[in-house]
Amino acid sequence: MSSILDSKTPEGPLADKWQNFKANEKLVNPANKRKFKVIVVGTGLAGASAAATLAELGYQVDAFTFHDSPRRAHSIAAQGGINAAKNYRGDGDSVHRLFYDTIKGGDFRSRESNVHRLAEVSVNIIDQMVAQGVPFAREYGGMLDNRSFGGAQVSRTFYARGQTGQQLLLGAYQQLARQIGQGGVRLFNRSELVDVVVIEGRAAGIVVRDLMTGELSSHSAHAVVLATGGYGNAFFLSTNAMACNVTAAWRAHKRGAFFANPCYTQIHPTCIPQSDDFQSKLTLMSESLRNDGRVWVPKVAGDNREPHLIPEDERDYYLERLYPSFGNLAPRDISSRAAKRAVDAGQGVGPKQNGVYLDFGEAVGRLGRDTVAERYGNLFDMYERITGENPYDVPMRIYPASHYTMGGLWVDYELMTTIPGLYAAGEANFSDHGANRLGASALMQGLSDGYFVLPYTISNYLSEWLNKSVPDTSHPEFAKVENEARDRYNRFASVGGTRSPDWFHRELGKIIWDYCGMERTEAGLEKALGEIPALYEEFKKDLRVTGGTDGLNQTLEKAGRVEDFFELGMLMCRDALDRKESCGGHFRAEYQTAEGEALRDDDNFAHVAAWENTGDPMEPNRHVEDLVYEEVHFQTRSYK
Amino acid sequence: MTNTLKDLTLKVWRQDGPNTSGSFETHTIEEISDEASFLEMIDILNERLIEDGKEAIVFDHDCREGICGTCSLMINGQAHGPERGTATCQLHMRKFSSGDTIVIEPWRASAFPIIRDLMVDRSSFDRIVESGGYITAATGGAPDANLIPVPKPVSDAAMDAAQCIGCGACVAACPNGAANLFTAAKITHLNLLPQGQAERYSRAEDMVETMDSYFGSCTNHGECEAACPKEISIDVIALMNADYRKAKVQNRKQLSRT
Repeated sequence: MSSILDSKTPEGPLADKWQNFKANEKLVNPANKRKFKVIVVGTGLAGASAAATLAELGYQVDAFTFHDSPRRAHSIAAQGGINAAKNYRGDGDSVHRLFYDTIKGGDFRSRESNVHRLAEVSVNIIDQMVAQGVPFAREYGGMLDNRSFGGAQVSRTFYARGQTGQQLLLGAYQQLARQIGQGGVRLFNRSELVDVVVIEGRAAGIVVRDLMTGELSSHSAHAVVLATGGYGNAFFLSTNAMACNVTAAWRAHKRGAFFANPCYTQIHPTCIPQSDDFQSKLTLMSESLRNDGRVWVPKVAGDNREPHLIPEDERDYYLERLYPSFGNLAPRDISSRAAKRAVDAGQGVGPKQNGVYLDFGEAVGRLGRDTVAERYGNLFDMYERITGENPYDVPMRIYPASHYTMGGLWVDYELMTTIPGLYAAGEANFSDHGANRLGASALMQGLSDGYFVLPYTISNYLSEWLNKSVPDTSHPEFAKVENEARDRYNRFASVGGTRSPDWFHRELGKIIWDYCGMERTEAGLEKALGEIPALYEEFKKDLRVTGGTDGLNQTLEKAGRVEDFFELGMLMCRDALDRKESCGGHFRAEYQTAEGEALRDDDNFAHVAAWENTGDPMEPNRHVEDLVYEEVHFQTRSYK
Repeated sequence: MTNTLKDLTLKVWRQDGPNTSGSFETHTIEEISDEASFLEMIDILNERLIEDGKEAIVFDHDCREGICGTCSLMINGQAHGPERGTATCQLHMRKFSSGDTIVIEPWRASAFPIIRDLMVDRSSFDRIVESGGYITAATGGAPDANLIPVPKPVSDAAMDAAQCIGCGACVAACPNGAANLFTAAKITHLNLLPQGQAERYSRAEDMVETMDSYFGSCTNHGECEAACPKEISIDVIALMNADYRKAKVQNRKQLSRT
């Protein structure tokens, strides 16, 4: 046990902490802000909103994205909605209730102070996004509409059809575009971070690779923000976009940033089941569908009749049966495991018997086809394009898939990593969702970090550097890091083996999914910790990257990302092995109740595990940050 | 039910760089499941090329859910291929038949220079948005969201336009290489909403003129609407033109100059 982690949680009662922080933080006066340069890597919700807001404040901002345009970031794919404690329904919602639901949803493994702040600023996010012109769904009177999401008994989710992430990202992108047009932000597109430069213990800048020319270049700044998303693609098959990767966070980790709770991964219950081995990704069907869709499997294993031929009394609506008070809106981890149990018991449906039904028959009868189409039409169309089946007539088939990662770079209350001057925002950090994230909370957290948290907390650090010089790119450390990156890419290009990076990624993903997926065991994790390093050795000897290191080479880009997934995969398994309890998305088969629910061990594991890199991916150092609850009391999470 | 397609001939555009000439390369796909997506077919082909020691075909793609707008292929002369309202990444092989020849090209428009193979540079779209495709509302100080009621039909119409994914199919499909559908979709989204009124006419003027500096002119072919994976209606172009004309009077710039 070590206590080198200081969360810097402000003094005072929980509800006053954020106010106290803002009252006491150090500010940078407007005329001095332009003396500071901030690098923002990633232009999703967290990155675009942070870059735009910091530029509005007057900081010089350099923003980096590996996409052709900031508008392509994967935040765009979020479907269902964004939570906010507006209580527009008058149904008993409040900041405290959103805070509490998030802590409970995270299975009592998140930091109280961060989560409370998230709930507080949630209301500002909706105001801000509406002012920017995000076309949220409205009622006929012109007021904003809401829907319900898993893990909550109030209706607090704002949405824009099934494309909420798209509309919010475009809102943030437009704010960023305004700053780019006015010269407040310099944008470097198609530029991938390949390393973080740390000089005298503080983040001094980054090295990026221009994906079009292959050129490496150094960039220095007073502070660096990583808003580079999660690592769900470690599983290869996931709902993440193809290019999502852990490289930025992992390079920071290798340079000294602690990586927290890597075993907390979210498996989303409603994705389209895998159809074939060549499949490149899995597609999410929004959780909002569970507002009206009913989940069921045949009561008898191996019943392969067409769904409409199975009478009501031979169907098992297992979520409604097991969790009557939340029913089909049980939280994600719980719904996912229930689906796995049904499929493992042989009750799976579809050609590969690898799914469960999500049935809209009752909803179409109750609401009519038009209302169902208005709520979910675009999702139904997408389902039909992928599967060739029409969900108005035939129940959807769904199965859990890797979707989101709660773990990430360890950050303190100010979102700073263990490297001074290096911040992590959005999915890239670990801070707000504990062991399980509730639906419609990812958009909330990304925008909270970028719009309303970082712009405040970053001045606390920058103010110390006023009129002091910081190293620029002529410092020899930049050249050294650039050379290391060059050597790395040359190494990939010169292995001359037989297998593509994708082949290795697929094999790696299978190991992580089998042993560190929805259900983990000590024996399985030990096995994975043998298989991953063995496959990694093979990767080093048998990789084949065609084309050179100069110029555009998508195969080479992929090789770098896959290598980082190897090392991360080892850490995920190590973390899962050492966390000898079940909580949220981390389910260890050895630790479960008689009913098969997660069994936490609050005496020994009510803490964050933050891993320090030692240079050997198999021997990282584990540090802990104890989670101190002042406001909430541990209880067994029950959605019955 | 899964079926297998046999003996597909692919003619794929290969080009080393923006300033070199390109040509079609022919590949045969002996067998592929009709459950595969079009891009998964290219993945499989690329795996084979790498195994053979050749360079993979370069193409843009990311979310594979039809929402990020990164993918951009001309398939048999149609932007995003034969299925209406569908981006390339959501197109599945069940839309093709055994023995088909499929021609795969990049977007072709002078405002979208080819970077390599099937990848083009669409950053001119970003320049249009940077010139006015936003509402100036700096972070902090926004009023309560329900203070500005937006009638549902207005909100719905704004959302119809706001769905644009910025893929560029409209430009690729247009015989003039015009970006009117893209630009008009953004102008319509913002100009219909009460929040967008303050900058309505400066937005229309600035965005249209930025667009004109990169792209060809619209002559109402309507190909853009047919190619749009989000099926955005060309009505938005009429709204943009109306606002642009009003802007020229309202802003008086042009009048004072002449």
